[in-house]
Amino acid sequence: MTTYLLRRLGLAVITLWLLSVIVFFAGQVLPGDPGRAILGQLASPSSVRVLDHQLGVDRPLLTQYVSWIGGLLHGSLGTSYTFRTAVGPFILAALVNSAKLGALAFIIVVPLGIIGGVFAALKVGQVPDRVISVTGLSFATVPEFVSGIVLIVIFGVELKWFPVSASAGPGASPLEQLYHLILPVIPLVLVLFGYIARMARAGTIESLESDYARTATLKGLKRSVVIRRHVLRNSLLPTITVIATQTGYLIGGLVVVETLFNYQGIGKLIFTAAQNKDFPMLEAGVLTIGVVYMVATLIADVLYTLLNPRLRLGSAE
Amino acid sequence: MISSGPAGPPLAAVAVVHVPRRAQPTAWRLLLRKPTFIAGAVILLFWVACALFGTVIAPHNPYVQQLLATNAAPSSMHWFGTDGLGRDVLSRVIVGARDILFITLLATLLGTMLGTALGLAMGYLGGAIDIVVGRVVEAVLALPVVIVAFLFVVALGPSTPTLIVVIGFVFTPLIARTVRSAVLVESQLDYLSSARLLGEKAPHIMFVEILPNVVPAILVEFTVRLGYAIFAVATLSFLGFGVQPPTPDWGSDIAANYGVLPAGYWWETLFPALAIASLVIGVNLVTDSIEQVLAS
Repeated sequence: MTTYLLRRLGLAVITLWLLSVIVFFAGQVLPGDPGRAILGQLASPSSVRVLDHQLGVDRPLLTQYVSWIGGLLHGSLGTSYTFRTAVGPFILAALVNSAKLGALAFIIVVPLGIIGGVFAALKVGQVPDRVISVTGLSFATVPEFVSGIVLIVIFGVELKWFPVSASAGPGASPLEQLYHLILPVIPLVLVLFGYIARMARAGTIESLESDYARTATLKGLKRSVVIRRHVLRNSLLPTITVIATQTGYLIGGLVVVETLFNYQGIGKLIFTAAQNKDFPMLEAGVLTIGVVYMVATLIADVLYTLLNPRLRLGSAE
Repeated sequence: MISSGPAGPPLAAVAVVHVPRRAQPTAWRLLLRKPTFIAGAVILLFWVACALFGTVIAPHNPYVQQLLATNAAPSSMHWFGTDGLGRDVLSRVIVGARDILFITLLATLLGTMLGTALGLAMGYLGGAIDIVVGRVVEAVLALPVVIVAFLFVVALGPSTPTLIVVIGFVFTPLIARTVRSAVLVESQLDYLSSARLLGEKAPHIMFVEILPNVVPAILVEFTVRLGYAIFAVATLSFLGFGVQPPTPDWGSDIAANYGVLPAGYWWETLFPALAIASLVIGVNLVTDSIEQVLAS
């Protein structure tokens, strides 16, 4: 168990390092000349050079990477091109806001997705199964801004039931904040529902066809007992892992939803940084998303190991 | 859709290889019998027709601005109304199919070709390639597709070739992973040991022996990725990093017009939004039917 966890942690560190190389490559190498990108085509070459020097982007790439990664290891995420101050506090504040939105989405979608998936599996091949599978898959690939706009038109503009902006303003009560988050959370729920339901369905079908489920049925247990005691316990295990991997997709959706509903989360932060060509902010934001995802999958793996007696006792692979 | 392979293989090979190959004509007939497949295919063909002949079908020129008829509600003259610059929304929706279909198709094809080659190498050769590429795949997977694409498109500056290459590259590891696991299943089968015993070289085994047998898995992966590519391109366009105005495009048209939603001008955003939704649903209906037929 301990060796498994250590190995898993080691792999996570390697992945994070690779991620930092990818992000650095995209953020520092590809844009070419950040000074030119910020000042625009009309700026004089000398002022571009001065800005490049101030930003430190005229140094060799390896030096830049070492100083960037060294800063990260010391907890410094870099200095924003736009605000000329440390990126860290912006990221932290945005992350807290996004966490609220994301947590709400998960609280709604996890039970919904599991119930939908298990129900579909029990009716496999029949109409309810097809309806849940096809609508789930369709909603999973309808971009959030499309469903978001339909929701805004119906519930925000026509019926005026919910506010169109997700920010409740400073000093709002938690209940008021929740009220503002209802409309933005729906597109996220729609996208995530399909994945979770799909996984729960696949897991349930697999354990329904398993030998132990057949044994349980053959020894005369009622179908409801077989499903509750034997099938669900096994089928929902893989779903835990999927839910963790959905954190990544969730954050991808946040960029759109937060932009559409004007909510100061990590997605809006990345979008604004991209528009301003504020690469340090963009890199830090993207890397933060990667770290959040890695932590989530790590927790899921540990949880999976703890819940699965076969892995807890036997070989760690 | 799937080639039935060279005719008349030696008898010994027939016993092993025959099963999936004989299934193909039946699979095609099974597909055509599925109402979900027909519905999806009709939607897709409609948008393909719009993409190919959009400028001929469209009732107006999608670029022409009529500054005296801005934000006009749907009427017999303009079925879907006009936008803030007085351009015909119906025409922009029809012609808007062109770029998104072109980009998503090429990007998915690129990703599928690279991913298949990589997946075959990872699955069959294993060893260092598998480990190194596996780690990179992990790292890319740690970020949502839209975010990775976003990062690279922002860095390179938005253009059609950039979108195609970036989305294709982002899809490559994902497809490689699927192909890899399909190859791992195949490599335990007898026909591969026979091929190895016959002294066939690795490229021959990978591309001639294994590839035809993992085509169904690749096909499903391709259609699934097509759905995600539409998602990614539409989202990037909406965020302003995809197809650039004034080119008619659903995502960027929505971004340009959603600010006037509160004023009641719903037709300028709702129709492009429905176009995206219908395209996605069409792809998914087709994907789901293919998956079901191949699984049965």
